Amino acid sequence: METLHLDLPSLQDDTLLPRVLLHGVVSSGNLEVLVEPGRDAARCIFEVQTAAHGFAEVWQAVLTDFAARHPVGGLSFSIHDAGATPAVVSLRLDQAFQSLRGS
Amino acid sequence: MMSTALQSYREATARQRVQGLLDAGSFTEWLGPARRITSPHLAALDAPVSFDDGVVVGQGHLAAQAVVVIAQEGLFNGGAVGEVHGAKIRGALLRAARDRPQAVLLCVDSGGVRLHEANAGLIAISEIMRALFAVQSAGIPVIALVGGTCGAFGGMGIVARLCNAIIISEEGRLGLSGPEVIETVKGVEEFDSRDRALVWRITGGKIRRTLGEATVLVDDDMAAFRSAAAAEMFGDRPHLERWGLSPDSLHGLQAAQRQLAARAALDGSIRDGQQVWNQLGLGEEVALMSPAEFNLCLEARKP
Repeated sequence: METLHLDLPSLQDDTLLPRVLLHGVVSSGNLEVLVEPGRDAARCIFEVQTAAHGFAEVWQAVLTDFAARHPVGGLSFSIHDAGATPAVVSLRLDQAFQSLRGS
Repeated sequence: MMSTALQSYREATARQRVQGLLDAGSFTEWLGPARRITSPHLAALDAPVSFDDGVVVGQGHLAAQAVVVIAQEGLFNGGAVGEVHGAKIRGALLRAARDRPQAVLLCVDSGGVRLHEANAGLIAISEIMRALFAVQSAGIPVIALVGGTCGAFGGMGIVARLCNAIIISEEGRLGLSGPEVIETVKGVEEFDSRDRALVWRITGGKIRRTLGEATVLVDDDMAAFRSAAAAEMFGDRPHLERWGLSPDSLHGLQAAQRQLAARAALDGSIRDGQQVWNQLGLGEEVALMSPAEFNLCLEARKP
């Protein structure tokens, strides 16, 4: 397993539901993401454990895109990945964000 | 959001099943994902772990009655039981024996023991069995729900059969050795695990209900599982008799004995569910019947 830590700037949305949330399942080509409160309202923390080694640059790109598209400042996203493609990673993160908005 | 449309039980995750079965907002999880109690065995093998080790346990309400609920996630390592996963199930059962809810709902979705964890997983299965008996001897029924992608096989197949009732969908499967295991050991002539129709005629919900192993056949629908579970909790409880949980337990045991005797009297050369249905006079149409039609058909056959 390869572990990645990212700390990215993001806007904050006070209306998001303040709760711990688990979305997705660890299975081949898929991942789970655990959303929890972070430390800094202007930053979003990502902790990734992935079975696919050597894709740090791709993770950086996908997660930077996510933090830019959604106001996820003040949140922490912990990911257990079993080889999800970048599109699936984006989809699961978007779904987790939708759940935070209560929809 | 809640909706009146059918929601597939099979396609739902363990967490969605818990939410779909229980009264809205009533669920409290024990040892939730934020606790990060993950498998040390998978970590040692450098394999992906899950925040909940593939099982959701906690308490809530079904039809306003207190229940303990246990839901395996079939997509994580085939719902297989490892040390942490098994300890969570056992702990939830022992807590049920102590706290005395109205029932325990056990959402089985498992191929059996997690091979990565070998002996720890096997021990976990036996611990689950002992804990399950403790719940039953406290007078609390354990209701198995089988309708996930992995069915209930191996150790969890046995655990399911220890339960007071098994609610199964046509898509659900129940057995000891799974089709792929049998094919690997005995060859494709014995069991072609890629013949899906055959697999379901032998392990699927309809044949398991026909043989009396499953208690009730329902549609692959969350609301159908939910109302069947509520019926087991509030109904006339014919299945509890068999387990001595009813004052009239001798009658129940005798009925179970008659059922087993009738099964033993079936032709020993039978190798396919369709042959069972033919011999019972249920005909060729069984495979195409809806659960409602099938249940009526079985009901009509009762002496």
